[in-house]
Amino acid sequence: MFFRDQGEMLPERPAPITEVGIVGWLRINLFSSYGNTALTLVSAALLALIVPPFVAWGLIDAQFSGDTGAVCSGVGACWAWLDQRLGQFFYGFYPADAHWRVNVTALLLVPALLYVLVDNLPGAKFGRWFSYVYPLLAAYLLVGGFGLEVISTDKFGGFMLNMVVGLTGIVLSLPVGILLALGRQSRLPVIRLLSITFIEAVRGVPLITLLFVAIVLLQLFLPPEVSLDQLLRVIIMVTLFASAYMAEVVRGGLQAIPKGQIEGAQAVGLGYWQTMRLIVLPQALRISIPGIVNTFIGLFKDTTLVIIIGLFDLLGHARLLQTNPDWIGDVDHEAYLFSAAVFFVICFLMSRYSVSLEKQLSQDRH
Amino acid sequence: MIATTRRVLSCAVLAAFALPGIVGTAHGATLDDVRAADELKCGINTGLAGFANTDDAGNWVGFDVDYCKALAAAVLGDASKIQYVSLTGKNRFPALQAGEIEVLARNTTWTFSRDVDLGLTFVGVNYYDGQGFLGPKSLGVSSATELDGASVCIQTGTTTELNLADFFRTHNMAYEPVPIETNSEARAAYEADRCDVYTSDASGLAATKATFDNPDDHMVLPEIISKEPLGPVVRQGDDQWADITRWVLNALISAEELGVTQANVEALAQDGGSDNPEVQRLLGSEGSMGAMLGLDADWAARAIMAVGNYSEIFARHLGPDTRLGLERGLNALYSAGGILYSPPFR
Amino acid sequence: MAAPSSTRIEQLGYLWTDERLRGIAFQVLAVAGLALFFAFIIWNTAANLKHAGLASGYGFLLDPASFDINQRLIDYESTSSYGRAFLVGGLNTVLVASLGIAAATFIGFVVGLMRLSNNFLVSRIATVYVELTRNVPLLLQIIFWWVVILALPRVRDSISVADVVFLNNRGIRMPQPIFEDAFQLILALFVAGCIGTFVLARWARKRHELTGRTFPVGWSAIGLIFGLPALSTLFVGLPVDLDIPLLGRFNFEGGFNVTPELIALWLALSLYTGAFISEVVRSGILAVDKGQIEAARAVGLPPGLRTRKIILPQALRVIIPPLTNQYLNLTKNSSLAVVIGYQDIVSIGETVLNQSGQALEVISIYMAFYLTLSLLTSLMMNYYNKRTALVRER
Repeated sequence: MFFRDQGEMLPERPAPITEVGIVGWLRINLFSSYGNTALTLVSAALLALIVPPFVAWGLIDAQFSGDTGAVCSGVGACWAWLDQRLGQFFYGFYPADAHWRVNVTALLLVPALLYVLVDNLPGAKFGRWFSYVYPLLAAYLLVGGFGLEVISTDKFGGFMLNMVVGLTGIVLSLPVGILLALGRQSRLPVIRLLSITFIEAVRGVPLITLLFVAIVLLQLFLPPEVSLDQLLRVIIMVTLFASAYMAEVVRGGLQAIPKGQIEGAQAVGLGYWQTMRLIVLPQALRISIPGIVNTFIGLFKDTTLVIIIGLFDLLGHARLLQTNPDWIGDVDHEAYLFSAAVFFVICFLMSRYSVSLEKQLSQDRH
Repeated sequence: MIATTRRVLSCAVLAAFALPGIVGTAHGATLDDVRAADELKCGINTGLAGFANTDDAGNWVGFDVDYCKALAAAVLGDASKIQYVSLTGKNRFPALQAGEIEVLARNTTWTFSRDVDLGLTFVGVNYYDGQGFLGPKSLGVSSATELDGASVCIQTGTTTELNLADFFRTHNMAYEPVPIETNSEARAAYEADRCDVYTSDASGLAATKATFDNPDDHMVLPEIISKEPLGPVVRQGDDQWADITRWVLNALISAEELGVTQANVEALAQDGGSDNPEVQRLLGSEGSMGAMLGLDADWAARAIMAVGNYSEIFARHLGPDTRLGLERGLNALYSAGGILYSPPFR
Repeated sequence: MAAPSSTRIEQLGYLWTDERLRGIAFQVLAVAGLALFFAFIIWNTAANLKHAGLASGYGFLLDPASFDINQRLIDYESTSSYGRAFLVGGLNTVLVASLGIAAATFIGFVVGLMRLSNNFLVSRIATVYVELTRNVPLLLQIIFWWVVILALPRVRDSISVADVVFLNNRGIRMPQPIFEDAFQLILALFVAGCIGTFVLARWARKRHELTGRTFPVGWSAIGLIFGLPALSTLFVGLPVDLDIPLLGRFNFEGGFNVTPELIALWLALSLYTGAFISEVVRSGILAVDKGQIEAARAVGLPPGLRTRKIILPQALRVIIPPLTNQYLNLTKNSSLAVVIGYQDIVSIGETVLNQSGQALEVISIYMAFYLTLSLLTSLMMNYYNKRTALVRER
């Protein structure tokens, strides 16, 4: 038998240069085989083809100041309008001296969201209540009344309109969606049938047809004495649309609740509504949050469809700029690109949040 | 708990949104409704250079917008008491029928079926237009009858689609229609040579042409293939309101005929400001025309004070000094070679 | 039996606590409420229509449309009826949706695998693509692709492939095959090849299950389906004439044209939905138990078979339900065609609405059309899903 004692142990040697550092990283991640090398080269060529010309057009050759499109050369992008139109792109026709109301509403949204989404924040008890009151507060701030100057909803526009339609749609659709999800799982056959019919019918048609209903038909369905304003009609249809999707998200959450929870609740003598309210829904909604966020992202992107029915959201103002005699023909791409960038930033952040939440939830459950 | 609370609150939000939105409409006389609301609801385009557009401060400006202002000044005494409702080609008539607006000033063509079948009343013509073709000179086409086989860009949701189909069918020519939703996109498509010619109202074509980098490379073909009298529209069944909207338009045109301008209207309106009896009747210093309409005596004077006469409105938004650079053409007064004509104020 | 003290009210109270009765009462109330709601709407609508002096009904569908449509899969002229115009639009929707579904599935599977690649650049590019397309409104992407296509060369500077296919910013102009009578023979052989392949595949599977021996079904299928018709052309010649496009005064004439609007819409829809599908595919593959792959390797299955026989069948079971949703989304999203003037059912319906003023009828046609499409897609995917689920039972 042969033993090598401690003293004879070979000293640790540094890893070969091809495995560590930049070279090693490149080797492992980019050039590990012929196929991989080819893929890398193709990808790099693609990037080189797209990125530099885009940067040159968008930044280096671009025009950033001026009063009309005439100052733009056409070689680079035309950003001169940003200076004067940025306000319209974000606030629409909302009066300039009341922009602070939109800003305050947007700022207050942050704590209102945080207290719903994050546990263990300081002052959570008060915070929760604030979250519940927030929609009322937001409506008051934006529309006015009770001391604030009333601003009619046809002044809402730009990115603010996308936010208002998206957020109101999602907040209102949550309760409707929960009821529909419960209805779909109900033991009462008529209720179940009605819920399923509603959910599947709404999910079967495109949002744009519902928006057509909002602007050309809804008024026809109501008695002549009642006239709802355009924004309200759009919000009603968007809410109906979102609630069908919300119902499916919540149903996923409901199905994930172990049966024992419900049986336990029944064993201690809770009725149907009590079981749902106290035991099932709190757990199911928690699981559903990533799904809700994803539904919101989808709905938020879809709010751009209001342009087709003649409301001026962010895209609407982009289009308005493009038809302005001073700018016509000079900002065809820039205005849309700007809108795309705004949406990308917001939606990207939300989807990241949803992913991290999903990870956290799956860890909690293990 | 969470669910219930949210539900209650959401209902409250809905109510909060709904309250300012719900207003009574179209019971009796439109004039009374407008006065009660102290606001004129005027339907305009969602964005058409020269006719309805927003300036950098976000205010609506344009040829059609000025008509709304004149009407509001005449009826309410204040040209700023207007709620502008932007309407697309498809919801403009439903909006008017449902009483969401009191008048539609959205470069709308007066046709038989719209006037008779849709329950609407056209009150006059504020712009005489016709459908034409815009094409690059390099195409070597001098007449629209040579367009056999061409691609034609066309804005959807208008009468132009029907005229185009009729024109090519009667001339036994083939073509590829390229339907596009908005004027700005149609312009981009034409500029990129997606289509050989762009068809639209001649005013729009001239305006589009003026915005090209080299306007002289393009020409509007001589054929005008349709009549497009554009004018304000109201609901059928309220003759008083139709009269008011009709005569506000006529007042603007008469003001040009009589030489009344935004600058001199105040002086002319005073007693003895003018010797011309028609000017006196128009501006209310003689007779009781305002009362016949259900308005006060200086309704027309206020309208002219707010926006000027027809030629001033035209020059401000469409004329040679604007980027659109349109000539008066058919829209010149009958005495100056056009067909614009107001019935007499008598 | 009835206790003398029990009063009417108490009995009613018992009725209320009876869960079954309460359920029935609740349902009756719901139905009654709904019926009232609809009665309210119908009554109002009828009154409003009458007040505005508008006619209702679907009779207008027989009136002449008097507008033209540039892309039509069936005969249509401006003298055709509104009904036929709707049919043309519906077919255009089906066309772009099926093309989009095919491309989106392909993109989704490729990108899903790319994201799992261990090549840093490849997986990063895939991630950037997915995040960019998923987080920007589809409406903007459709406009973007339309603008990109407009930037292609003009008609006179077309990129030509062998002088028969021409690419320019008015689309792709291709030769149109004109079939002669003898082509029916080839078609018949093609159908026979398909049936033969089907029979062969069944036989091969049975033999595989009984004896374990495999049969190269793929190669024989290619031989049967394509080889037979190809062979027959040796005898009858190629009975197809090509109508080759020629540059006319304004446009290419002859052949058939794929419009830029179709290409732009198709690109936007398939890239947008492809990004969502790639996520579905990725999570489907990640959901396959590692032990399965290791076991397959242990019994010596080669990599190709491993993916085909072990990973994909299991991943597909997870993938198919969300995939169905994406297909439905794509179909519905094709309604955004209206912004670039692709003449799908919504855009044609809009024109019809404008000319005829029949809002209620047009919108009801939209809804019926999309509901039918959704229903058909769901049914088909459910059928497929059931089949893959059965494989698991075995």
